[in-house]
Amino acid sequence: MILDGKTPTGPIEKTWDKHRFDMKLVNPSNKRKFKILVVGTGLAGGAAAASLGELGYNVEAFCYQDSSRRAHSIAAQGGINAAKNYPNDGDSIYRLFYDTIKGGDFRAREADVWRLSQVSNNIIDQCVAQGVPFARDYAGYLDNRSFGGAQVSRTFFARGQTGQQLLLGAYSALSRQVKAGTVTMNERTEMLDLVVVDGVAKGITCRDMITGEIKSFWGDAVILATGGYVNVFYLSTNAMGCSVTAAWKAAKKGAFMANPCYTQIHPTCIPQTGDHQSKLTLMSESLRNDGRCWVPKKKEDCDKAPGDVAEEDRDYYLERKYPSFGNLAPRDIASRAAKEQCDDERGVGPGKRGVYLDYATAIGRVGEHTIKERYGNLFEMYEKITDENAYKRPMRIYPAPHYAMGGLWVDYNLMSNVPGLFVLGEANFSVHGANRLGASALMQGLADGYFVIPYTIAGYLATVKPGVITDEHPAFKESKEQVQADIDKMLNIKGKKTVSELHRELGKVMWEDVGMARSEVSLKHALQRIPEIREEFWNNVNVSGTGTELNQQLENAGRLADFLEFGEILATDALHREESCGGHFRTEHQTDDGEATRDDENFAYVGAWEFKGNDKAPELHKEPLKFDNIHLAVRSYK
Amino acid sequence: MNLTLHVWRQAGPKDKGTLETYPAKDVSADMSFLEMLDEVNEGLIKSGKQAIVFDHDCREGICGMCSQVINGKPHGGQDRTTVCQLHMRSFKDGDEIFIEPWRARAFPVIKDLIVDRTALDTIMQAGGYVSCHTGGVPDGNAHPIGKPVADYAMDAAECIGCGACVAGCPNSSAMLFTSAKVAQLAVLPQGQHEAKARVKNMTDTLQAAGFGNCSNHLECEASCPKGISVKFIAKLNREYIKTIAG
Ligand SMILES: Cc1cc2nc3c(=O)[nH]c(=O)nc-3n(C[C@H](O)[C@H](O)[C@H](O)COP(=O)(O)OP(=O)(O)OC[C@H]3O[C@@H](n4cnc5c(N)ncnc54)[C@H](O)[C@@H]3O)c2cc1C
Ligand code: SF4
Ligand code: FES
Repeated sequence: MILDGKTPTGPIEKTWDKHRFDMKLVNPSNKRKFKILVVGTGLAGGAAAASLGELGYNVEAFCYQDSSRRAHSIAAQGGINAAKNYPNDGDSIYRLFYDTIKGGDFRAREADVWRLSQVSNNIIDQCVAQGVPFARDYAGYLDNRSFGGAQVSRTFFARGQTGQQLLLGAYSALSRQVKAGTVTMNERTEMLDLVVVDGVAKGITCRDMITGEIKSFWGDAVILATGGYVNVFYLSTNAMGCSVTAAWKAAKKGAFMANPCYTQIHPTCIPQTGDHQSKLTLMSESLRNDGRCWVPKKKEDCDKAPGDVAEEDRDYYLERKYPSFGNLAPRDIASRAAKEQCDDERGVGPGKRGVYLDYATAIGRVGEHTIKERYGNLFEMYEKITDENAYKRPMRIYPAPHYAMGGLWVDYNLMSNVPGLFVLGEANFSVHGANRLGASALMQGLADGYFVIPYTIAGYLATVKPGVITDEHPAFKESKEQVQADIDKMLNIKGKKTVSELHRELGKVMWEDVGMARSEVSLKHALQRIPEIREEFWNNVNVSGTGTELNQQLENAGRLADFLEFGEILATDALHREESCGGHFRTEHQTDDGEATRDDENFAYVGAWEFKGNDKAPELHKEPLKFDNIHLAVRSYK
Repeated sequence: MNLTLHVWRQAGPKDKGTLETYPAKDVSADMSFLEMLDEVNEGLIKSGKQAIVFDHDCREGICGMCSQVINGKPHGGQDRTTVCQLHMRSFKDGDEIFIEPWRARAFPVIKDLIVDRTALDTIMQAGGYVSCHTGGVPDGNAHPIGKPVADYAMDAAECIGCGACVAGCPNSSAMLFTSAKVAQLAVLPQGQHEAKARVKNMTDTLQAAGFGNCSNHLECEASCPKGISVKFIAKLNREYIKTIAG
């Protein structure tokens, strides 16, 4: 099937304005008759729930934490992009659009990226108006810095806590709507199924995580803003609760999963210390603005203290390989380059999976005070975790799974192929293509939530009658029974392995075989191992406690069960894609000097998978991508 | 290293709860405190017992979800450190460690180490925002904000809403938390029109939610993992006086 992304035609500069004008509107007095469910209250969902509530819709929102302020968006450190051109260095909406398309290795839809670039400026204004304390210069104007993959300074930041401040902004807007009565928040509530009636999304089934009660909620439209899935690798920079559950349950109800193999491996994370490790910590990419990456040229030097390796014996590999971008090379390139150095046995630190990120030059140039001002909290965090002082000794970093470029397929209106189901933020596949540039996920989450969905959802709601299908419909009972049956099944296995043990096993397969570099052989191995681990899960997992109480083991078991199905589709997607592209590197497809080789002739499409059952191959649907404004070009950062 | 843990176990809000003792063996200095508990839980599950439940999510010290009183100190009492960022290297072989939930009337225990902190959201809903509508706001540079002001607002805005200040305070006061938000918004040009109503509504809600009053013990500042300063409480008080003065 050829998928229709419903992209507007005409000159790209006019697409969003024209589309907005052409869409139907919902009469203000009718808005409160519509009930919209928003699952996830991170940047994307929080912004959406607040904006829709403000417009007068009747919104019910959900998150699994105890407060919407704790969504994983809170952890973003580095910053958020916008094309304001305040620094007067030549930025424009067109340039942001260009960088994003190229940075994503030509696997995103042009019109969606244009819209993102266009609304990026409104986001900054909106957040400033909310009281987000962005960094300012002494004259009182907003400050900017640059980020990996861009040669202009377009990144706005709030110290090293940009995501936190943006999320608190959205959370405060949401709090205002909760107070106003337009939004009802359901915290500690996990969505475990999507309810579909006659092919249309009409509600969700959730577990109350305190009492264990299984509850259904009906809505005239369902919005998923449930974040990314890279915890499928077990160790990642994501929070412990991040899962694919909501998206995967929707996929099992017919929503297509697009480009699942595009995962981002972030270059600047703190290396793993041992098997007890439960997550990896990201050091913001902004660190690469001033830090220089190097490893010893000679293997023998790897055990020496970094200060004892002479200048001429250091390999500043990013500066050597990519002279024009140097340490600011995009993430996929920087990650792969780090792995190459370690594979070449020139890694440093325990386990030799690490490279140095060195501030000595920058401290010499601008002084320790300025470096402290710029990155102080990151240095503190690094010291807490590693017990090392990075002002004195270079940091050690290594790549880690970080972000999901893939996700549920959506059209230009952010609606999935299941009518009534909208997907926002990291949970959808939309604007990043095969590689996400730094500081653009926050931009996307807020663009989707504040400035896209409020318009596009109206176009859909104007075609449905509110409140016709409620939780009285038998589909809701059926969904509840299914959810309960799955829970009972997991609790009754009473096997020998714990959920974390099995998750670690899955993670190992995903990282080794489906991680930074993959091959037909490794992928086929993964496709054999994943079903085996899944089989073992359903026969040998030990989930303690009961279903009618707060039970974190049960929560984790459910999330792992979904990763065990989803992981297979991720590997299937990677296997079918016979090219190297952005965050997806197939070792069979590279140039002589190890750069990724993309195949536009055969793969310039979005690959959207339809789930057909665990014992059946999923079906691939394609949405061809057209590049009318930006010429397909080899992405070179040399 | 080998440690002995005394952990608060409580099946539900109505249960009385007790301290139970578990050994933690072969703990590596590189582990975080929560990773140490993960390992203990693995052992409990394998021996047919229920795992200890505790709140956590980001494990990066930023989401504010983790909340444990360790040896009498919220978040373990290490300067500017959340439990998830506390590392085992700060303990030594043979240590006995007491692990309990936040204790405050406004934070009822849900189970084991998990408490209900909804009251903090209620305070935010009472006015912890600027009433701007999405869209149609002026350009971000339309109102220049001097760097010292922006920095002051940011210092206040760093609060992660964990509630350690409440747990550390002998009166279970949530003044530090509330003052941080009030101070942030009070110094910025946005939302000035509602500044008085904000302080009043947030303070009234704080009292209604069952939090105690501030009597200057400064335990909140000592417990806060983000180093939020008590100077913001002084700011809150000044802002409050303005509302009385008309
Ligand atoms: C450490 C780190 C640093 C980052 N730094 C940057 C940066 O500097 N700049 C940048 O642009 N991007 C950054 N990113 C990426 C960016 O933060 C995320 O992509 C983005 O915040 C995702 O937002 P979201 O709203 O889509 O999802 P999230 O913030 O993850 O929110 C997901 C929401 O869904 C809810 N949820 C999930 N599943 C369920 C379920 N089954 N039932 C109910 N609720 C559910 C959760 O409770 C939560 O409310 C960073 C990411 C990480 C991990
Ligand atoms: S003021 Fe400090 S201790 Fe209190 S909630 Fe905020 S961060 Fe936590
Ligand atoms: S788990 Fe997020 S702050 Fe500790």
